[in-house]
Amino acid sequence: MTDFWASIFNFSDYGQLLALVSNSIIAGAVLGIVGGLIGVFVMQRDMAFAVHGISELSFAGAAAALLFGANVVAGSLVGSLVAATLIGVLGSRARDRNSIIGVLMPFGLGLGILFLALYPGRSGNRFGLLTGQILSVDIPQLGALIAISLVVLVVLLAIWRPLVFDSIDPDVATARGVPARTLSIVFMILLGLMVAVSVQIIGALLVLALLVTPAAAALRVSSSPVLVPVLAMLFGFVSAVGGILLAIGGSLPISPYVTTISFLIYLGCRLVGRINGRRLRRTAVPA
Amino acid sequence: MNPLEITDASLTLGGRILWSGLNLTVKPGEFVAVLGANGSGKTSLLRAILGQLPLDSGEIRVHGRPVARGDRSIGYIPQQRIMPAGTALRGRDLVGLGVDGHRWGPPWPSKAKRDRIDELVSAVGAEAYANLPVGVLSGGEQQRLRVGQALASDPSLLLCDEPLSSLDLHHQRGVAELIDRGLHERGTGVVFVTHDINPVLDMTDTVLYLANGRFTSGPPEEVLTSEVLSGLYGTPVEVIRSGSRVFVAGIPEFPLHEEAAL
Repeated sequence: MTDFWASIFNFSDYGQLLALVSNSIIAGAVLGIVGGLIGVFVMQRDMAFAVHGISELSFAGAAAALLFGANVVAGSLVGSLVAATLIGVLGSRARDRNSIIGVLMPFGLGLGILFLALYPGRSGNRFGLLTGQILSVDIPQLGALIAISLVVLVVLLAIWRPLVFDSIDPDVATARGVPARTLSIVFMILLGLMVAVSVQIIGALLVLALLVTPAAAALRVSSSPVLVPVLAMLFGFVSAVGGILLAIGGSLPISPYVTTISFLIYLGCRLVGRINGRRLRRTAVPA
Repeated sequence: MNPLEITDASLTLGGRILWSGLNLTVKPGEFVAVLGANGSGKTSLLRAILGQLPLDSGEIRVHGRPVARGDRSIGYIPQQRIMPAGTALRGRDLVGLGVDGHRWGPPWPSKAKRDRIDELVSAVGAEAYANLPVGVLSGGEQQRLRVGQALASDPSLLLCDEPLSSLDLHHQRGVAELIDRGLHERGTGVVFVTHDINPVLDMTDTVLYLANGRFTSGPPEEVLTSEVLSGLYGTPVEVIRSGSRVFVAGIPEFPLHEEAAL
């Protein structure tokens, strides 16, 4: 039993380990923050399923890169961007979008499994793509992940207001001259980039834990257009960094830690939201 | 200058002529109700005025200028739509989208913006629920906020696309009066697309009736007669007046549920 717990939580030699993984922690922090932020739009635009679809193609791209000895981050970026562009161009309406994602997703996952099966190298790398491998990403690649996240952050901030407008009220936004179509393609590309980064860190199967759960949790406790993104970034940060900090001592992948933290935050927010909701329910307001 | 001038305009959509030779002038403070069966090109008319659909021929001038996408002198109020409970937006933020939602960059809070939103919120009498999430607002409350949103840029032309549908009678009246008041106070011209004229009958100056690729326009008492509408549809149509309400019966290819109220 002690062995069991020791494999989940182990903090011996923690200081030295921490120094070794400081770059991973920075990457995790940036991913958590930017992932939480983009998650707010993922929720508003009803794109959780798209995130999952993109991540499977991103996985296929990364697996192909692994097999052919190319850069894994580059491979996963290509997969992500292809998927995001396809979904963005072909699926402007929600129903079309879901069917396209439903078709792309198993195809991507199947391709990825094929490439992994053909890959002769270490098996740890194989599962890493599906379940996360941040601690095995080398420093130049970590730098690339951080740089991509920052680019996403900057562009997201630049298109913030029209993107909110278009996400919430597309008809009026278009009437007001917001370039809806361009925004939606740009957003899909940003999402593709973020998914590719997340695949490296928590794995293709668990991307939703950083790109959807924090924002979903924030939306449970607030409707303020300022507080929701701030909370989502905070939750993403706590999940990603907390997960890495808890994981580095043990021998397990970081993903279960990240997903569990983000899930617990979500549960807590649901509870708080429930309490607030009772308070908020009004006696009839004359309109 | 007139908020809207449409001259000899024609629009074809999917190979079908929606209307041609259309002329319409909306003067400051004038309320124009656009009526017609589903598919008669009412919404397409609004989209053409918004610069989203190019005309086949003719010209539309808004406040003396040719149409342009995102023209700030046009306010737009759509149909009420369901806002999911988890929408990160309060009532006042919905109004705020009209103030600066089209600008680039993140929404830095500012006193000027806050004051402007407060002003618009109180102009539409929405103080009581402006801080609630839009997801919990009723249709009528939401539409009041949308009127505030549309007024944010002090438009000289207000386009309304069935803003009262799916509201109950009480709210229909309230929202319609709000639009009407705005137009008299500010001299705004209103183009109001609707399938039911009755909630706005007493404020309507001009009816534009679209049918069969043709149109007719004029004061409601001249256009909404059995004779004129029968001529427009090319088949006997009966207009019944009951008190201050108007009902039209016998419109061909008209969905049953809309037959009772025009």
